[in-house]
Amino acid sequence: MRVWRQRTFPYAIVVPFAVLLAFPFAWMAITSLKANTDVYNPTKTWSFHPTLASYGFLLHHTGYLRWLKNSSIVGLLVVVITLAVALPAGYALARLAGRVGRSLGVAIFLTYLVPPTLLFLPLSRVVAQYLHLSDRLWSLVVIYPSFTIPFAVWLLMGFFKAIPQELEDAALIDGCSRFGALVRIVFPISVPGILTVVIFTFSLVINEFVYAITFISSATNRTLAVGVPTDLIRGDEYNWPGIMAAILVVSVPLALVYNLFLNRFIAGFTGGAFR
Amino acid sequence: MAVVAARGSRLRGLRYAAERRGVLATLLISPSVLLIGALVGVPLVLAVYLSFTDATAGSLTGKWIGLANFRTEWHDSIFRGALWHTFLLTVISQAIVIVCAGLIAHALVRNFRGRWILRFFVLLPWAAPIALTVTGWYWIFGAGIPEASVLNWFLVHLHLESTANPTNWLGTPRAAMGSIIAVQAWRTIPFATVIFLAGISSIPQEVDDAAAIDGATGLKKFWYVSLPLQLPIALVAVLFGVIFTATDMIVPYVLTNGGPFNSTQMLTTWAFQIGIVSGNVGQGASIALFLLPLLAVVTIGMLVFARKAEVT
Repeated sequence: MRVWRQRTFPYAIVVPFAVLLAFPFAWMAITSLKANTDVYNPTKTWSFHPTLASYGFLLHHTGYLRWLKNSSIVGLLVVVITLAVALPAGYALARLAGRVGRSLGVAIFLTYLVPPTLLFLPLSRVVAQYLHLSDRLWSLVVIYPSFTIPFAVWLLMGFFKAIPQELEDAALIDGCSRFGALVRIVFPISVPGILTVVIFTFSLVINEFVYAITFISSATNRTLAVGVPTDLIRGDEYNWPGIMAAILVVSVPLALVYNLFLNRFIAGFTGGAFR
Repeated sequence: MAVVAARGSRLRGLRYAAERRGVLATLLISPSVLLIGALVGVPLVLAVYLSFTDATAGSLTGKWIGLANFRTEWHDSIFRGALWHTFLLTVISQAIVIVCAGLIAHALVRNFRGRWILRFFVLLPWAAPIALTVTGWYWIFGAGIPEASVLNWFLVHLHLESTANPTNWLGTPRAAMGSIIAVQAWRTIPFATVIFLAGISSIPQEVDDAAAIDGATGLKKFWYVSLPLQLPIALVAVLFGVIFTATDMIVPYVLTNGGPFNSTQMLTTWAFQIGIVSGNVGQGASIALFLLPLLAVVTIGMLVFARKAEVT
């Protein structure tokens, strides 16, 4: 009896929550397979002739592919900038600077908490008046590191702390310079950690909404996060199956990759603080 | 010959300096610090400055008008509403999150069949881009047509409401506020679950063993052993949740854009409305500035936690 209760406890809790939390995605998938004429018909809520027409509509009659491209370009550029700046800092904070480094690490991380909704007004003026980047994707490339760098420095600091100092000391004794030890010993071991930072930085960029809607005004320069909820919804013709398809096509692959790297993410995220 | 030797020694001197810990560390860290200073520090100062001016769209300066913006807001019922809604949204959604995430994490930490796929489902709301999924929610709530809402289909078939009078989820003040709270909780639960999970698994096995030897089981063990040990990490999850929720603009913007009749206006959506849509940059900045005290409280909470974590 007791064993049985122990066995079923996780299912009794997790299954209802999993159903509740995942239901919106199921409903999106179902809607995306309907014909546009069926979506408002309550008698066709669950029984209808499935069609892939909405996916075709999405690719051929909307700016979707364009937005996907815009988001990817901005994402890749921001990832490169972020790694270039955050890799050395994360390493130095984990290894070289000791107690001061710890406080500095926490301070950098705290800047991650300053929200875009507090900064978007002054930044919108800076982007327009001083950088002259209004309605250009470059404005996002310039501004996004403001939240990706603090985030990445913190994660990388956590990862580098987990690599034993002895490994580097051995390389130094063998005649490696400190920089050489970094490039030849530390970076190769941290590849999984760095990959985690790449994934999560990229996903932060895909998610960003406030700056993108403030700085970008023309439909061709929109990113996914803004294009789908504004142009697709507030356009003249609602095509709900198409909109649902638009959400799923991006969300499902991103969620799968996210899940693969989640354990590493937790290790880095908490590794910086709880040890 | 002498020149070459001098240059060589200077190079060696540079290399020697770079090898020294302090110098190298400064060299590696300063790009991050400088960039963050330019991209977060400067705009933050500008945001504070702007809120004391009457700057409008097209200028970054404006005239210094002291506390006039804040005085106007204090007498503005929409602003007061926004402040109150932000508070309600944050407190209620985070209360829901703590209870649900605590339950899920305690179940998920065990090893059982199908755990991977269940965890995947639980994490979906956090892993998928929120601006997109909240658009999905807009449709689930009926997108302005109550008959099309799948939620109403369930309610009708459970005999909780009649077909003649379905709920207009985003069109009536109370239902709209409830919808925003629900979506905000929905998307924060997975994050809190993940952090709780990390907290539970960070409790060393020895503690569990010791508790077992002392005869502590079930609820007792949870109350006296597990809970106190998880409290600090739970605090981190809550602090993050509070920041994410109070400063979020996506969910209210896409679902209701503050309506109906400003009944779901948040500080963020109102700052956007005034600052960008109406072009009163100074006034908008002063509205967003009300997020700053919250940020300060959370920052202090984090610092206290960081110190505690260092001691243990």
